[in-house]
Amino acid sequence: MNYETLLENLVTKDERFIIMTAENRAAIRNLPSKIGKRFIDTGITEMTLVGMAAGLANRGRIPVAHALATFLTMRAFEFIRTDVGIANLPVKLVGGVPGLLSEANGPTHQALEDISIMRGIPNMKIFCPADEDDLMLCIEKILTSSSPYYIRYNNRKPCYSHSADFSEGKAEIIMTGRNVNILTYGYLFTEAFETIRLLKWKGIDAGLVNMRTLKPVDEETIISTVKNSRLTVILEDHFLTGGLFSIVSEVLTCNKIKGNILPIAFKEKWFKPSLIKDALEYEELTPLNLTKRIIKKLEEL
Amino acid sequence: MTIDKLNELKETAFKVREHIIKMSTDGGCFIGASLSCADIIVYLYKCFLNIGKDNLSNPQRDYFFLSKGHDVPALYGTLAESGLLEKSRLNNHLNTKDFLYWHPNTNIPGVEFHSGSLGHLLSVAMGTAYDCLLCGQNNKVVVLLGDGELNEGSVWEALLVAPSLELNNLVVIVDRNKFQANIETEKLIKLEPLAEKFLLFGWKVLTTDGHSFIDMEKIFTDLKEDYNMPVIVIADTLRGKGLPSIESRADRWFCNFTNEEVYNLLEELRTQEKTILTSETLMVR
Repeated sequence: MNYETLLENLVTKDERFIIMTAENRAAIRNLPSKIGKRFIDTGITEMTLVGMAAGLANRGRIPVAHALATFLTMRAFEFIRTDVGIANLPVKLVGGVPGLLSEANGPTHQALEDISIMRGIPNMKIFCPADEDDLMLCIEKILTSSSPYYIRYNNRKPCYSHSADFSEGKAEIIMTGRNVNILTYGYLFTEAFETIRLLKWKGIDAGLVNMRTLKPVDEETIISTVKNSRLTVILEDHFLTGGLFSIVSEVLTCNKIKGNILPIAFKEKWFKPSLIKDALEYEELTPLNLTKRIIKKLEEL
Repeated sequence: MTIDKLNELKETAFKVREHIIKMSTDGGCFIGASLSCADIIVYLYKCFLNIGKDNLSNPQRDYFFLSKGHDVPALYGTLAESGLLEKSRLNNHLNTKDFLYWHPNTNIPGVEFHSGSLGHLLSVAMGTAYDCLLCGQNNKVVVLLGDGELNEGSVWEALLVAPSLELNNLVVIVDRNKFQANIETEKLIKLEPLAEKFLLFGWKVLTTDGHSFIDMEKIFTDLKEDYNMPVIVIADTLRGKGLPSIESRADRWFCNFTNEEVYNLLEELRTQEKTILTSETLMVR
């Protein structure tokens, strides 16, 4: 089953669901003919999309609204914050091609601050699946939640068989390393997974955590990881400001915990627009690059 | 419309204006915009909308969305005069023990959705209207916009979308008082020819005198016909209507009068003799 079929099934079995889009049909191309009036395309109008979603949710519906992540979270930001956030309505916002997935589109399409701005909205929750399987394992619980949710859509082919045991605010611990542990989410999970294999080949005991929801976040796993690691790597295709590095920093500060942290994110810059494999190379985010960066940091400690 | 009905509406509108004026002290309110739409809101609640104390949570009721939220004293007053809001709560205006502040919020019975940020509730109303149609209901969804609010791009985006979605249960009313916060609309961002703009966007456009109950009755009776397209009513109004001393004045948008001035303004409402006002105007925006 893919994402589109799952939505179709949800619409069929639960009358609350309405599928919406601001003319971004990439993941839901076949739905209009299958669900009729339960599919609404507002055209290239992110503000109207979100406002209408709020109006529908206020009548008891659960709208699942799709648009490109940048335009959804930024063009329509105040509608999300004001109409969905203040009213705490169960609108599900699905951001397409977030982060590196925008590939060669350029900075206009690079959602690298979406997590930062979405998590600042009271009541808003955030789900960042590692790949298509992770998305499919968790999405039904997310969509049927009574909260507003921002979903950083990611349909990358999986490199790992994820656990079906999901609850919001609970990270998926892939493996625990005694030396280095990587905290990550979303697209770069695959690079992180390869990186810990490379580190192990080099005799460095490394582990990996797939955060899944960034809000609520798994504070317990963050704390235990930092406490028990010589080095904690925070890897994300997001600006350094406001994403997982900021979240971890807040958790550590509030809990008076110190640790060695290596944040890997985009610091005050957009990434080089290109096909993803080339962008990963250019931005030094391939498993080989990451392994080198981590070993260099370990040597400095 | 019978004479008795007309007199009842005028009496209610007078009382609503009294409520508005009383809210213009001890912190003040957006009195100019509130007075311009008072007759429209009174007419809607008394003659057009199927909204009452007994059906507030019934999904078959009509819906009213106040998008130009700063004129909420007119809504508070109307809700109080319609039995939806306890009149004694109006005394709590701006008091932390209640929720009657400068913009609408759903802690007030009868308020469908919070507003304050302009350009939001047309699309929220569209979502509601879509769902009413989807459920096969024949209830009406009415949204009141300010003319200054028409500066917001989100309004035009939504105006473009609604006809394509065939939201034939949606009625938009524009409170055309010809002022935005600090200046006349035509001296800042020209709206005219407004009716033509709406027509070209695919809407049925009607115009009315927003202070004449007889005129509004004609328009809204027509609305019961099936036009097969969403409708916009441009309601011609005066900012500050009812108080000659502040009518159509650019500097009387938000006012915080002294208690004595409020006393005199209540007299002015009855006699139409101008009050001498010395309180400075606050330019909030």
